Amino acid sequence: MLRIAIALFLLPALAFANAATKEHKKMIWPFDGVFGSVDRQAAQRGFQVYKEVCSACHGMKHLYYRNLKDLGFSDAEIKEIAKAHTVVDGPNDEGEMFERPAIPSDVFVSPFKNDQAARAAHNNALPADLSLIIKAREDGANYVYSLLTGYQEAPAGVTMAPALSYNPYFPGNQIAMPPPLSDGQVTYADGTVASVDQMAHDVVIFLQWAAEPEMEHRKSLGLKAMIFLTFLTIFFYVAKRRIWGKLK
Amino acid sequence: MNNKELHKTSGIIEWIDYRLPIFTFFKHFAEYQAPKNLSYLWSMGSIAGIALVVQIITGIVLAMHYTPHVDHAFNSVERIMRDVNYGWLIRYIHSVGASMFFVAVYIHIFRGLYYGSYKTPRELLWQIGIVIFLVMMATAFMGYVLPWGQMSYWGATVITNLFSAIPMIGKSIVTWLWGGFSVDNPTLNRFFSLHYLLPFVIVGLVLLHLVALHVHGSNNPKGIDIKPGKDMIPFHPYYTIKDFVGFGVYFFIFAFFIFYEPNYLGHPDNYIPANPMVTPAHIVPEWYFLPFYAILRAVPSKLGGVILMLSSIIILFFLPWLDRSPVRSSSYRPWNKFAVWFFIIDCIILGYVGGKPPEEPYLTVSRIATAYYFFHFFILVPCIAKYEKPLPLPKNLDEVKIC
Repeated sequence: MLRIAIALFLLPALAFANAATKEHKKMIWPFDGVFGSVDRQAAQRGFQVYKEVCSACHGMKHLYYRNLKDLGFSDAEIKEIAKAHTVVDGPNDEGEMFERPAIPSDVFVSPFKNDQAARAAHNNALPADLSLIIKAREDGANYVYSLLTGYQEAPAGVTMAPALSYNPYFPGNQIAMPPPLSDGQVTYADGTVASVDQMAHDVVIFLQWAAEPEMEHRKSLGLKAMIFLTFLTIFFYVAKRRIWGKLK
Repeated sequence: MNNKELHKTSGIIEWIDYRLPIFTFFKHFAEYQAPKNLSYLWSMGSIAGIALVVQIITGIVLAMHYTPHVDHAFNSVERIMRDVNYGWLIRYIHSVGASMFFVAVYIHIFRGLYYGSYKTPRELLWQIGIVIFLVMMATAFMGYVLPWGQMSYWGATVITNLFSAIPMIGKSIVTWLWGGFSVDNPTLNRFFSLHYLLPFVIVGLVLLHLVALHVHGSNNPKGIDIKPGKDMIPFHPYYTIKDFVGFGVYFFIFAFFIFYEPNYLGHPDNYIPANPMVTPAHIVPEWYFLPFYAILRAVPSKLGGVILMLSSIIILFFLPWLDRSPVRSSSYRPWNKFAVWFFIIDCIILGYVGGKPPEEPYLTVSRIATAYYFFHFFILVPCIAKYEKPLPLPKNLDEVKIC
């Protein structure tokens, strides 16, 4: 009865739904499930896609360059990646702000100084920060993948607002972001063919890591915790049987 | 033993106990007896107690790293998740822990409903429990505002706005609650302050709850008064070990959500920083508020909805007098048994429609379910108490299989 009651109590949590949008493509992700892990090769490719495509408009302000070490980049590579960006620092001893190349302990440099600047450059649409995008959307990984691969011609009868693109996976189906990916847009160092599907797949793996950098640690710790709790519960149950056995 | 003797002969323990009876207090726990037939449902009280302790410990640690300011709150939570050692674990324990606390408390309440634990002489015990529930709800609500995500902000806006339904002074009260003319930095600051304070109020109330419990002891699945003797067993070790089995199962489920579905019980919109300019498509409270949210929205008038929602909890205070049946346990109440189960199903339906947008068919369902909620308390419970023929009650627990 207890178990049923818990299940029933949790039911309302299923109640959140999304009405107008097309159902997401359901992918099998290497980070799903109890033993899920980050495919580092794919995540590095995904970072490349972010760096060369997404980062033109989207920031990731919760990430530090040093975090990339977790994806298998070396210290030297990370320094190189950071150096390509300029940050404003200061004030210095003369009281002036100054520019310097970014270092690994800096956060990812956003493409725009502030939201207003980002809006001004994008017809008043604000490109979302991508640090948490996978967690900030229902069924996030499938959603982002579907969105990136789901651009199509607007069906007959749909009137498009100016400067918007048709995407059935986006709430309202009209999105300010033009199709960001096209086949062969990036050149992968490992020779993987950069199709739209492949790039979308890789960048989702990167973004998933960015949203939950603790995921692998969490899941492996979870397994240990749950095995421990199983034995602890069995131990308590046996102890309980023995103690209560004396009652009769 | 008179004072003089005590003064002369006793050791340090008696010396202290004579002045501050802490050892008598421990002795009470060592000797405390409980009916021998309590099921695992009776572990939910201890489990809820543990849940409170877990929330307080993790909460204190989180408060060391959190910044209650509209410009920093969201980022400070992300910093906890990314840069504080095991910060993700502490935060997930705290956020999942709130849900687990409510699961435990809801089962605890329904157990009380089914077995008539609210009946004489435990009316005050029951009512203190309802007060705990109310303070818990306030605490959880304010806690959900602290990460300052979209649902935090808009949930706070919707719920605090309910006070504006009060005639005449409603608007002023809302301004006073906010500390301004919208949910803003002063609101966040006071919510943080109160969110830190109220758990300790709950601790105080839990102690009162325990004092009231220990006067007449636990009710039991048979619902009969149990005389001291062979039907009672010492709480320790029998129920301490039994509660530990319950803790094990509880923490197993708890761990599953922390490590594998930490955000399942939350809402994705709360990972979007609060933005007063953008309203989310559906503003929904946390799952444990959904039944009450459904009752609130079932009424077309705002004031009516607020009154009904409050009544749905206030009515629980009067339950001991609405249900006049002398029999406690529904095991011996053939009609009430069904009434309680239907009531539980009704609450689940309310929770389901509470999470749906306020449109058809959910609105009609929520109205029917709301009507049934009050029908249960005002009509069903008193009538069943009056007309139901209870089954014969056992005199003692001789026939009971203990396990």
